[in-house]
Amino acid sequence: MSILKPVLSAHWDEPDSFTIAAYKRHGGYKPLAKALKSTPDEVIALVKESGLRGRGGAGFPTGSKWGFIPQGDNKPHYLVVNADESEPGTCKDIPLLMANPHALIEGIIIGSYAIRANHSFIYIRGEVVHVFRRVQKAIDDAYAAGLLGKNILGSGFDLELTLHAGAGAYICGEETALLDSLEGFRGQPRLRPPFPAIAGLYAMPTVVNNVESIASVPSIIANGADWFQAMGTEKSKGYTLYSLSGHVTNPGQFEAPLGITLRQILELAGGIRAGHELKFWTPGGSSTPMFTAEHLDVPLDYEGVAAAGSMLGTKALQIFDETTCVVRAALRWVEFYKHESCGKCTPCREGTWWLVQLMKDLEAGKGTEADLEKLLDLCDNIAGRSFCALADGAVSPIISSLKYFRAEYILHQTNGGCPFDPVASTLFETAGA
Amino acid sequence: MTPEQAVVAVETVSAVIDGAEVTVPKGTLIIRAAEQLGIAIPRFCDHPLLAPEGACRQCLVDVSINGRAFPKPQASCTMPVENGMVVNTQLTSPVAAKAQEGIMEFLLINHPLDCPICDKGGECPLQNQAMSAGRPESRFEGEKRTFEKPINISSQVLLDRERCVLCARCTRFSEQIAGDPFITLNERGALQQVGIYENQPFESYYSGNTVQICPVGALTGSSYRFRARPFDLVSVNSACEHCASGCDLRTDIRRGKTLRRLGGDDPAVNQEWNCDKGRWAFKYLTTRERLKTPLVRGADGELHEASWPEAIAAAAAGLKDKRVGVLAGGRLTHEDAYGYSKFARVALGTNDIDFRARPHSDEERDFLATVVTNLKTTYIDIDNADQVLLASFEPEEESPIVFLRIYRQVTKRGLVVTSDAPLASRGSKKLAAHLVKGLAEVSGLTAQSVILVGERAAETPGALSAVFELSQSTGAKLAWIPRRAGERGALAAGAIGNLLPGYRPLSDAAARVDLQSAWGVKTLPEDPGRSTSEILAALNDESLDAVLIGGVDPMDISAQALNQLLNTFVVSLEISNTAVTAIADVVLPVAAVVEKSGSYLDWRGIARSFDKGIDDVDLRSDVRILSILADEMGKPINLPTVTATTREIESLGTWDGVQPAFAKRTANPASSDGFTLVSWRFLLDLGSLQQGEANLAGTAKDARAHISSATAASLGVTEADSVVISSERGSIELPVSIRAIADNLIWVPRNSEGSQVIPALGFTSGSVKVAKR
Amino acid sequence: MSFTNEELAVMDSIIARYPKSRSAIMPLLHYVQSIDGYVTARGIETIAEKLNLATAEVTAVSTFYTQYKSEPVGEYHVGICTNTLCAIMGGDAIYESVCDRLGIKKDQTTADGKVSLERIECNAACDYAPVVMVNWEFYDNQTPASVNNLVDAIREGNPPAPTRGPSTLRTWKENSAVLAGLSDGLSEEGVQAGAPSLLGLNIAKSQGKK
Repeated sequence: MSILKPVLSAHWDEPDSFTIAAYKRHGGYKPLAKALKSTPDEVIALVKESGLRGRGGAGFPTGSKWGFIPQGDNKPHYLVVNADESEPGTCKDIPLLMANPHALIEGIIIGSYAIRANHSFIYIRGEVVHVFRRVQKAIDDAYAAGLLGKNILGSGFDLELTLHAGAGAYICGEETALLDSLEGFRGQPRLRPPFPAIAGLYAMPTVVNNVESIASVPSIIANGADWFQAMGTEKSKGYTLYSLSGHVTNPGQFEAPLGITLRQILELAGGIRAGHELKFWTPGGSSTPMFTAEHLDVPLDYEGVAAAGSMLGTKALQIFDETTCVVRAALRWVEFYKHESCGKCTPCREGTWWLVQLMKDLEAGKGTEADLEKLLDLCDNIAGRSFCALADGAVSPIISSLKYFRAEYILHQTNGGCPFDPVASTLFETAGA
Repeated sequence: MTPEQAVVAVETVSAVIDGAEVTVPKGTLIIRAAEQLGIAIPRFCDHPLLAPEGACRQCLVDVSINGRAFPKPQASCTMPVENGMVVNTQLTSPVAAKAQEGIMEFLLINHPLDCPICDKGGECPLQNQAMSAGRPESRFEGEKRTFEKPINISSQVLLDRERCVLCARCTRFSEQIAGDPFITLNERGALQQVGIYENQPFESYYSGNTVQICPVGALTGSSYRFRARPFDLVSVNSACEHCASGCDLRTDIRRGKTLRRLGGDDPAVNQEWNCDKGRWAFKYLTTRERLKTPLVRGADGELHEASWPEAIAAAAAGLKDKRVGVLAGGRLTHEDAYGYSKFARVALGTNDIDFRARPHSDEERDFLATVVTNLKTTYIDIDNADQVLLASFEPEEESPIVFLRIYRQVTKRGLVVTSDAPLASRGSKKLAAHLVKGLAEVSGLTAQSVILVGERAAETPGALSAVFELSQSTGAKLAWIPRRAGERGALAAGAIGNLLPGYRPLSDAAARVDLQSAWGVKTLPEDPGRSTSEILAALNDESLDAVLIGGVDPMDISAQALNQLLNTFVVSLEISNTAVTAIADVVLPVAAVVEKSGSYLDWRGIARSFDKGIDDVDLRSDVRILSILADEMGKPINLPTVTATTREIESLGTWDGVQPAFAKRTANPASSDGFTLVSWRFLLDLGSLQQGEANLAGTAKDARAHISSATAASLGVTEADSVVISSERGSIELPVSIRAIADNLIWVPRNSEGSQVIPALGFTSGSVKVAKR
Repeated sequence: MSFTNEELAVMDSIIARYPKSRSAIMPLLHYVQSIDGYVTARGIETIAEKLNLATAEVTAVSTFYTQYKSEPVGEYHVGICTNTLCAIMGGDAIYESVCDRLGIKKDQTTADGKVSLERIECNAACDYAPVVMVNWEFYDNQTPASVNNLVDAIREGNPPAPTRGPSTLRTWKENSAVLAGLSDGLSEEGVQAGAPSLLGLNIAKSQGKK
């Protein structure tokens, strides 16, 4: 028995896996028919019982989120799928949508039925045209098959589904910024309360879910809550996609029950690239505090990673070996957050501007040890002071890298510059040498 | 207890802020509750009249509720007070103090060090709060963000993006309050900046408010730029002379000269806003045409400068024991209008007085004296209305603060607005007004509705009667909103032929006796006075000998008005050289608003008083001059000062007897073949009080002739073409704008560049010929 | 010059997808780019008119998102991922190398209008690092040499197919139309998944057989 558990990815190796025919061939859309025979509340109860938690990073229980939608309020409800996958290191939803878009479509129909939504949206980042094509085709085919539109499968349930392309703004992965963007505004986060469940899209009750969360729903309907519950750990149930990237022998997607460790995944992936050793890694994207080799056995579930001082996030395991300059890595991430700061609030907008300048100086060996204290103090003035969590993510690589690699920062100063050879970190070092 | 007096029980909540308990209405934000305790939490984006934004993060405080502390400081400008809440501001929480200090440091890293040349210096919230909440030294050693120094976002407003702290007050004001989202936040992150779309400047009638609420020197007004330091300015309370909205203003004066005007804070009227005309149109005070010395026409037929005694003597000689008409004009203060009214009755022995220097009717005069005198409608009624009907009234053009009040209710709760107008103006569109063609189409009015009728209703026979009827039959509250600031006060002062001061009906013997005894005169003229047009006609046919004229532009009345004055003895009280002073026999210069004290009655009939800011011994209020003139004529009116006049008006009080019933007229629809011209004035146009302010004029709307698409097709024109509109008198030529308007109508602005309809066509509405140019 | 009636009708059909018209602003901007190549003044003005917005409200949105260009870009817009992971694994070197090859830097376009360059952020393909996007199609596992060959081929009019994308590389304008929701019928072209996407599945399968 493998430690892995391919569910969403189970048939990605079939060349036509993205078609409705292939999806149906493997039982696709049967869960929908089953769900439509239950009441919406029964569907919500089942998802709650399964223990499914949001796969977009925050880990909020999906069923509870659905349960917050007021019922009988005679207002339109909306289900909005967050397919704006943009957190550095995160690369699970995009291959999922490329290879298996119907899992999402089916999940959306079930979720919309559960929360009594008659119009739902997929907000997909705009920089992935071919994925857009695949999802659009899946929607079109679902309409043609009577799975979307009026009176779905004779149930009397109606659902329109609209695919909406973003246009290059990481912040739109934040759910309220996503809603503003979808409404045709600048994607800047909204004040909460009111929360989307009360006043979301067009000020109506709205659920925003991650792609993977929604795509997991058909499997839960098909196999039952117990099946899902049986996987994972005490509070982190089910299976999920882990994305391994960086200085490893074989990067790629690993679908496994929650709680697997990096050591286990690395073993399957052939380890760190030949001749090198693990230096640092992110458990769930660049905004999650980095780990080192000492964290190889941390269970990769919500609680395990949090207990070790980071966050499970999007399970984006970015692996860096000893050739990598951690200051350079942290600088580049801060530059990303500066570029993606929406500009709304002061600490994020101005703080990232300042951090980038300080980090550049530090990388160039121009800082002093006192600058490290200043750097940490600025991080303290940014984290928890901003409008949304983007700025918390921006300081995370700095704080965590200083925690584990303070000496390396100082080495830049004593060395009068970066002591690393950037060529050594590239995949084509031999070709380039 | 009347319903208005009933106090609605407000649910309150209590919290402890910095150790002090405070009880506030539920929903009150922490930052406001702290203010009640005298605790000033620093802030930039927060503004009590704008929706909370939480953007600047300057107001972070520590909060716990029922002992459970928030893990991080919270923005006090977005969080409402709750029972059991304990708040620690920068005064009692080191975490909050450090958080605020950190934010301030961030705000300053990219802020230029140009305070010494910044208009905001000395009154700058950033400067002040950097002192109170900032670090003594910046730790920033990097590179500042730079932008091109100020760019004009309109001819009147300049934007310095380097100084901007991105608080979004200006953009939120423009969107939420004015409905003119012509400035927006553009770009993203550290490059986020306020901006316009390059082909559409920030031409909002309310743009000046953004300059006022900008907490830094990012937005400045062209006319005040580099002109003064706040500590050199003396501020006086003012009331706006430009319309009947009744704005409270602050006028800032340096060494006898007005340098700027700001919206004053009156929650019941203009809140903190005003319009750009009220803010920037004050240069008429200092144009080269300004009068300071009396003029008397000599034997040579020319006007010569004269001493005050000479001029008064000449005026008295020309008026004494003559049949004199009085054209008071619509811009007088209540006190000055009272002076004209009393002067007419006591010194001239006549009721031939009228303040209406614009198209008018007898129906209107009756309506004013019998209906408007009883109206009690206020801004609160708009706030509470279930529908607002606009009848011959374009609030954004003709009373812009009334517009803001209606717009607020439209955006807040979807207030239904109906407009009886020939086409949807921009203002009408912003109000999502339902357009009706005639009051017969109006429906759904209730006792909670408000009907706002404008002065242009006088131009449509039967319209005021129909409005009155509608108000009577539905119980809807009624208000008459004239365009000019002085008309309501002039009505109260009896500066009209059928009404005596204090709304005393001329036709009521008891009212006359009451006034006679108050004034200590034996008799008062009993015959109803002539209207403006009748006075002009009487002057022309010499059934009147002379005329006393306040601030009147004859072209506002009719094309013939000036000619009708040519062969009569004219005494003109004016602030500047005008068409009237040019033909006058005696010209007596008078003080303008800031040079005197007084009050206007706004459209509600409520006094908006203002103080004198500039003391110029050569310039006196009209009432003071009229009192001297009356003395010279041997018929004293005993109004030596504005203060004395105010006292007399107060002691006289208003008439508490019954008013005569309004004699309603029936509509008499004029049929005409061909095109009918319809028009109203833009807020910013060629009005005489807007003279001398080119920057403001630069933001005025362009004149275009509005016609229907069918008309355009029949004339063979597109929006790239112009049309010639002609009457027997003359013609105007304007570019075409194709709009939803009846095929037989053509709309043009009444007094804009290239479109002055009275001088050019001879009327404001009537039959015209239209052809492609 | 205004848009054609056909183009205006497409805009109306885009607006019709949404419960509230303003939501159409983003696909309309993609659509304008599919016609004009970037966000033109006529595009902003037409969108404002269609959606009953002030023009400033449209520019506020168009300038927020990096995919909307205020200046023309190349027929083939090349994005080099220089976010941390790709940069370290070779993205920085690729960027330097391709700048030299093309004689332009980021946010510039070659004189022939064929290629423009952008340093892009993480494009959600980290297991294929270093990643290069052309007109937002995936070119996986790139090296300086492969990207130089890629831009050479583009300029010769013979671009290779994306690694995971349609069989032929479409132009910037053509792909902008796809993002506006106008199907080009190419969804079934190209692979369903690259090798890294299948890594876990293949391991699980091989372990399951054991």
